[in-house]
Amino acid sequence: MADEVVLLDYWLSPFGMRLRIALALKGIKYEHKEEDLTNKSPLLLQSNPVHKKIPVLIHNGKPVCESVVALQYIDEVWNDTAPLLPSDPYLKSQARFWADFVDKKIYGYGKALWTAKGEELEAVQKDHLDCIKLLEGELGDKPFFGGETIGLLDVTLLPFASWFSVYEKFGNLSLEAACPKFIAWLKRCFLIQSVSESLPAAEKLYDYVVQMKKKLGTE
Amino acid sequence: MADEVVLLDLYVSMFGMRVRVALAEKGVKYEYKEEDLRNKSQLLLQMNPVHKKIPVLIHNGKPVCESLIIVQYIDEIWKDRAPLLPSDPYQRAQARFWADFIDKKLYDIGKKIYTTKGEEQEAGKKEFIEVLRVLEGELGDKPYFMGERFGFLDIALITFYSWFHAYETLGNFSIEAECPTLISWAKRCMQKESVSRSLADPKKVYEFLVEAYGL
Repeated sequence: MADEVVLLDYWLSPFGMRLRIALALKGIKYEHKEEDLTNKSPLLLQSNPVHKKIPVLIHNGKPVCESVVALQYIDEVWNDTAPLLPSDPYLKSQARFWADFVDKKIYGYGKALWTAKGEELEAVQKDHLDCIKLLEGELGDKPFFGGETIGLLDVTLLPFASWFSVYEKFGNLSLEAACPKFIAWLKRCFLIQSVSESLPAAEKLYDYVVQMKKKLGTE
Repeated sequence: MADEVVLLDLYVSMFGMRVRVALAEKGVKYEYKEEDLRNKSQLLLQMNPVHKKIPVLIHNGKPVCESLIIVQYIDEIWKDRAPLLPSDPYQRAQARFWADFIDKKLYDIGKKIYTTKGEEQEAGKKEFIEVLRVLEGELGDKPYFMGERFGFLDIALITFYSWFHAYETLGNFSIEAECPTLISWAKRCMQKESVSRSLADPKKVYEFLVEAYGL
């Protein structure tokens, strides 16, 4: 019996993007359902009654919520191709630790970078840079965080990292000079079809920010 | 070669207790090191430079941080006995989802109970009970969260039970009155030696909070 996989998603969600990348890497066919977050579908409310958030992966009718939980689920069910986690328990724990770090530290900065000004903005930028440097340390000389191939941490981080070109356009953050290793990693990832096809084009993100800044009056 | 296991911890930490329960479930011998969080040891700062927090499990010199990550690590290393996570990927995803829910909600909401007063405290208590009620719903009439066997999700939540006395006393309310099913589950867990020996004495938790927050 064929697997039925549905992804409840929102184009801009970095958490949804994670699942899109993983599903693409594993070559899993799925139905993509775009949610209107101002008018959530009954299916979403039913599948994620606790948080009412996307993304939700629905596999043969059964929902899995929270992107890092869903990534591990995908990895464990479709375990014959493109492993996201290593088999060694210690390396697994490290990947999970850094994925948790990304969730705790990187997500919040994105929001702050748009709305903060002056000294506050400088402080946010510095914190953000410090986090990127820590991640660079974790990357070391490896081509990807997962080693020779993309792993859990790469997938967890990529959607946020794809915003960096947008930050630079707005003059908010310049990473190329400060974190060349990180930028090299990012470019390397974007050469992979599963990644580039799963993330919105930089122009779309840029246009979105322009619109949002107009609305917030912070151009 | 024998395993060398060290746990950097704080007696009253519900996060540290999770690791203690997991190690006890697996019958793993370890060295316990109590940290003074106002004067963190060099070892702690070295082993968890990113967050500088306990618990940290150091296994043959290599640190693992974040309590739920540590519990999964313990389950994977000592996999020949007392499995903590279910073998089915969907059940595992459910266990991880609910453990994440507990981590997102319970500690911060619980903190409102002893750091606020008046209306804010009442709102905090209400929120706290709501979270426990959602968890009760998930438990249903099963003996443990994942079914017949004590495991990962029970471990994630049971350690908060040692803080209930403090919450109740400082918040002036009864958790048992609001969530009797959950308290039955907690008492069932406490019958296990791995749990009763690993959880802090509720009175000591209360004394810790009174001292730490000047209550």
